[in-house]
Amino acid sequence: MVDLALSHDVTSPSSARLRSSYRNDRLFHRLTLGCAVVVVAMFVGIIWSLTAGAWPAIRAFGLPFLWTEAWNPVTEKFGALAPIYGTLVTSAIAMLFAVPIGIGIAIFLTELCPRPLRRPIGIAVELLAGIPSIIYGIWGLFVLAPVLQQSVMPRVIGTFAGIPVLSSLFAGPPYGIGIFTAGLILAIMTLPFISAITRDVFEAVPPVLKEAAYGLGATTWEVLWNVVLPYTRAGVVGGVMLALGRALGETMAVTFVIGNAHRIATSLLAPGTTISAAIANEFTEAIGDLYGPALIELGLILFLVTVVVLAVAQLMLHRLELRAGERP
Amino acid sequence: MNSGYYFRRRLRNRFFLSLSVVATAFGLSWLALILGTLLYEGFSSIDLGLFIQSTPPPGSMGGLLNAILGSLMMSSFAVLIGTPLGIFAGTYLAEYGRHTKLATVVRFVNDILLSAPSIVLGLFIYDVMVLTMGHFSAWAGGVALAVIVIPVVVRTTENMLLLIPNTLREAAVALGAPRSHVIQQVTWRAARAGIVTGVLLAIARISGETAPLLFTALNNQFFSLNPNAPMASLPVAIFQMAMSPYADWHRLAWSGALLITLAVLVLSITARVLEARTDRS
Repeated sequence: MVDLALSHDVTSPSSARLRSSYRNDRLFHRLTLGCAVVVVAMFVGIIWSLTAGAWPAIRAFGLPFLWTEAWNPVTEKFGALAPIYGTLVTSAIAMLFAVPIGIGIAIFLTELCPRPLRRPIGIAVELLAGIPSIIYGIWGLFVLAPVLQQSVMPRVIGTFAGIPVLSSLFAGPPYGIGIFTAGLILAIMTLPFISAITRDVFEAVPPVLKEAAYGLGATTWEVLWNVVLPYTRAGVVGGVMLALGRALGETMAVTFVIGNAHRIATSLLAPGTTISAAIANEFTEAIGDLYGPALIELGLILFLVTVVVLAVAQLMLHRLELRAGERP
Repeated sequence: MNSGYYFRRRLRNRFFLSLSVVATAFGLSWLALILGTLLYEGFSSIDLGLFIQSTPPPGSMGGLLNAILGSLMMSSFAVLIGTPLGIFAGTYLAEYGRHTKLATVVRFVNDILLSAPSIVLGLFIYDVMVLTMGHFSAWAGGVALAVIVIPVVVRTTENMLLLIPNTLREAAVALGAPRSHVIQQVTWRAARAGIVTGVLLAIARISGETAPLLFTALNNQFFSLNPNAPMASLPVAIFQMAMSPYADWHRLAWSGALLITLAVLVLSITARVLEARTDRS
């Protein structure tokens, strides 16, 4: 063996093969490294190109862009308040509905569901999480909005008519489309998303912990509330943040049903707009020196906000992973 | 003993668990309702003409041929760019740079890109490609979709490679195989089904993406296979037709929506079957 190794001097043919093999090896390493760097470059490129594209608007409007409501393409006065408001409120409505229901589904799947049904329902939920948003949008426009307009909204408006705050939150006329409808569609859309993640997180709880609690005589609910939820808190919050990130940036499901009106109405039933809907509806028609840049600045704001939300989500989910690693 | 206390605990248990059943029934019925409407409206307007005619002007008969072909072309283009790039990057994360600082950064950024708003990615490609080329094109649409494909493939490739036991790698290295050889001949092969799963999931993800195509590929009312010109795609055609006031366009939009949903379901179910097979082996 030693002889064999020593006989590899630089001129021998097998050594040349070895050298070319090393060269290929290094090349392959660099190739994979290069591709990994491309991912980071994409991220930096997005921020850089959006900032560059939005620069005229940033220079023209400055920071007050964030709290100005005006949106007038004719006089070239733009402010982001209405789309920011719409984005935040629709996402808040979505989370209000989707979080409790999504966690409820996860509880049902992990604790209550009969074994034979567990996999089918779980798979159904995951498949639904993959359905494209445009499907939810078209359904919202053709099915949900007319129903809301004809039967639900008039009743809601009538019910709250005499009550001080609620009467202005749910004031008419019933358009069918608007902030509330968009929030509802977002809720339905993010629901399977939240359920799927929460279920995975719940299933990661070590059975020993649950069994110990059951052994002490705890009921299923007490085990959930006092053992499973505290153990998985970071993961559940992470999952909800992930869903929130999706809801904030969701375009098509919202664009169909939001009504695209650049104003802030006190009524949740009135049409409004979100950042993504404004870009989708107006960008191809944006002429003038500031219209396009203003829309790109909206995109930049949206991107930065979702990056923060998603980063928090990741840190939360990562924390749970670390803890799961600590306790085998 | 203290039977009132136990009774209250049992009652509370019963109450909250029934709430979760109600939540499940409520949530699933919404989703069933959506799928039901989609199947009903979609199937009632599917016929042969859908696949052999292009999008019509309002008021006349037509199909979605140009949109279907456009979607297929741009998706293939996105997969051709995104898959190798994603697989190599995922390989770096799992094989070479497992614990390096760079890998941590790439992983973090990749997971953010995975859920980043797709409309912003559209704006990015508009700036990078449409403005430099001076016109909308199917190339730009394909690249915009590739930006969505890459993070999905990176994530699944890394996850799947990490599942391969280290003993396999060590055995191959002990035989004197160079690192790149080990990766290509041993770990990639062992993880093949998993990596294919990732690609399928990525295709499923982009087949319904509308927002990134709005300002890159735009739309095209006519039949065109020229990748250097604006091109129709199913999602954008659906968007345009659904927002129009014409009833026959609405019917086409529904059938297009059904086509997309069926494609997505078939892709994700195939991916799931493949994944289950890898888990077992």
